[in-house]
Amino acid sequence: MDATPRNDLLLFLIFSAMVLAGPIVLWPFGAAYPDLLQKFAIFGIFAIGFNILFGLTGYLSFGHAAFLGVGSYTAVWSFKLLGMSPFPAILLAMFMTGLFAMAVGFISLRRSGIYFSILTLAFAQMSYNLAYSVLTPITNGETGLRVLNSDPRFLDIAFGGDPNYSGVLLSNFFGIDLTGYAGFYFCAAVLIIAFYVAMRITRSPFGMKLRAIKSNQNRMAYTGYNTRPYVLTAFVISGMYAGLAGSLMAVTDPLAGAERMQWTASGEVVLMTILGGTGTLLGPVLGAGVIKYAENIFSAYNKSELNEVFWMLPDGLRETVVSVASLFVGSGWHLTLGILFMLIVIFLPGGLIEGANRIGRLITRMTNRGKQSDQAASVSGRAQPAE
Amino acid sequence: MDTFLLQLLNGLDKGGAYALIALGLTLIFGTLGVVNFAHGALFMIGAFVAVTLNRFFSIEKVVLDPTKTTPWGTPVEIRTPYAEAYLGDWGRFLIDYSVPVSILVAIPVMLLIGVIMERGLIKHFYKRPHAEQILVTFGLAIVLQEIIKAIFGANPIPQQAPAAFSGSADVGAMLSLGEGLVYPWWRLMYLAFAGFVIAAVFAFLQFTTFGMVVRAGMQDRETVGLLGINIERRFTIVFGLAAVVAGVAGVMYTPILPPDYHIGMDFLVLSFVVVVVGGMGSLEGAVLAGFLLGILQSFASMNEVKSILPGIDQIILYLVAVVVLLARPRGLMGRKGVMEN
Repeated sequence: MDATPRNDLLLFLIFSAMVLAGPIVLWPFGAAYPDLLQKFAIFGIFAIGFNILFGLTGYLSFGHAAFLGVGSYTAVWSFKLLGMSPFPAILLAMFMTGLFAMAVGFISLRRSGIYFSILTLAFAQMSYNLAYSVLTPITNGETGLRVLNSDPRFLDIAFGGDPNYSGVLLSNFFGIDLTGYAGFYFCAAVLIIAFYVAMRITRSPFGMKLRAIKSNQNRMAYTGYNTRPYVLTAFVISGMYAGLAGSLMAVTDPLAGAERMQWTASGEVVLMTILGGTGTLLGPVLGAGVIKYAENIFSAYNKSELNEVFWMLPDGLRETVVSVASLFVGSGWHLTLGILFMLIVIFLPGGLIEGANRIGRLITRMTNRGKQSDQAASVSGRAQPAE
Repeated sequence: MDTFLLQLLNGLDKGGAYALIALGLTLIFGTLGVVNFAHGALFMIGAFVAVTLNRFFSIEKVVLDPTKTTPWGTPVEIRTPYAEAYLGDWGRFLIDYSVPVSILVAIPVMLLIGVIMERGLIKHFYKRPHAEQILVTFGLAIVLQEIIKAIFGANPIPQQAPAAFSGSADVGAMLSLGEGLVYPWWRLMYLAFAGFVIAAVFAFLQFTTFGMVVRAGMQDRETVGLLGINIERRFTIVFGLAAVVAGVAGVMYTPILPPDYHIGMDFLVLSFVVVVVGGMGSLEGAVLAGFLLGILQSFASMNEVKSILPGIDQIILYLVAVVVLLARPRGLMGRKGVMEN
């Protein structure tokens, strides 16, 4: 599909419709419950943001989870101090991660390639280690940061909240508790906005420059551009997306822990982006959805459920099949993830979107062949460059 | 003074492990130009070769002794490892020395794994971007560690050093520095072993024809190829060699740190920092930076230092990496023109 404004609008409308209809669309897959839907939306935002950096500029950051963590912590602190409204939490989280990303990016972007990856990884690991050790007064260490009834929550109380409220504190949107479907629709609305912004960035002259940096940074410099400010801007935007995702995690479930900052979490978002399709608009959201869905499905199975799945097999065979299959489900789900990861990188570096495009091309070619005479088909076959 | 020396030894010890892994990483990067995120997994596999061998030697033969009974009336079970039952003293020796013996087993195993990895997977990624190399080896590392987890479980499995090395050496008396400075024998052994392996690798590259070809290939791969030398096959063997170095480092480290499935990842991240600080593609740099960072880390974890700069022990390595990369992008001893941008 060409990137004309009309097609973009169409894409955006279809995307919004699909997201809003998520509970219905995903119902046949058994994924239509709020917790999972929230995860889809939140990790979708995270991956969209990561894609702005990696997909457009080609800079592979291995430390994006740090921004997710900073976003979560800021949001929870906003709940504690200001009150349970999601708006100050989200805005503050994006502001703080923006600043943090600016500092990290300013240093890390002095290098590129593998060095950039290592530098971002180093910063993320530093944040993670500090969150567990010295910064415990801010992060509450291994216990995780949570909102307490005794916290000040100034704005809530100023607007007539009950200071002695003793129930569970949930983030609320003008009186609607943001859990369950309400939480999902809040995240979905943010996801749609995030998607729209990412689309505008990709199609803008700025996005074009970022892609030029990816394809050849030297030539870009020769044409008179100082590339670093552009990449830094992309890095900060990408970090703010991660902060937004982190704050939404806190909105749907008001607590924050340092494990969100671990480098495996950074690896996960890389995987989501690659799986969906690096540099595409829909890819990252798709990748995030597939991975969270697969995680949910695979990690929920255990041996007895597998026995039910393979009930039709004879006993001896079933035991073998179940014992092999059980390696890949439950706690062994990471094995499946690793294999999936390798297969995608080896055979489909463009991700699922590229796979879909290939299938689409194959179908068009086959239908064309059906219509045209043999000779014409062989000509069009020859016209394809032999790569 | 004693604490200072003790921390120095600790640092050298840790540095030995870093240096060995970083050496392999650099060797692979320098020859094949591949950033191998699965190198930590090779360290882990080495450690689990030791675990497997120890379990194999300790498989027990159960004999019922009808003459004696336990308090609840069943005959007493006499459990003897098969190795001991069939081989006698020799078998007892094998069980006791299972860690050093594992090295002999680990060498061919790791060589095989390394060659299979290179021929089966890495080979296809030479022409691909670095990002894809990182990602595919990262995926491989996840797969390997999950397989190990599926077989051996998630808990660390402690391994015993041979009884002869289980005590502590009175280092203070040896160096005539007075009393009080004692250090585990096995850790000293590890240090000596690391030094030996590093020396062996350097000697191999420096004094053999094979090593000369490899060094030439690191300098200019194309020219060596044009001279009619099959550099690809040499490099495959180099990959196997790097796998062996990581593997034996893993074997020797088991009595110090009980291996679990993510030991490889834990070391990998730090080893990358080491390689980058040392300079991509520089073997001397990797070794130097390995020991340097090991020592820095153990000094940073002293209470005196921590009381001045809280939390410094957690971040010192990364901090050093950031400073070095910014001040000297090539790393401490990096060659000119190797991945500078």
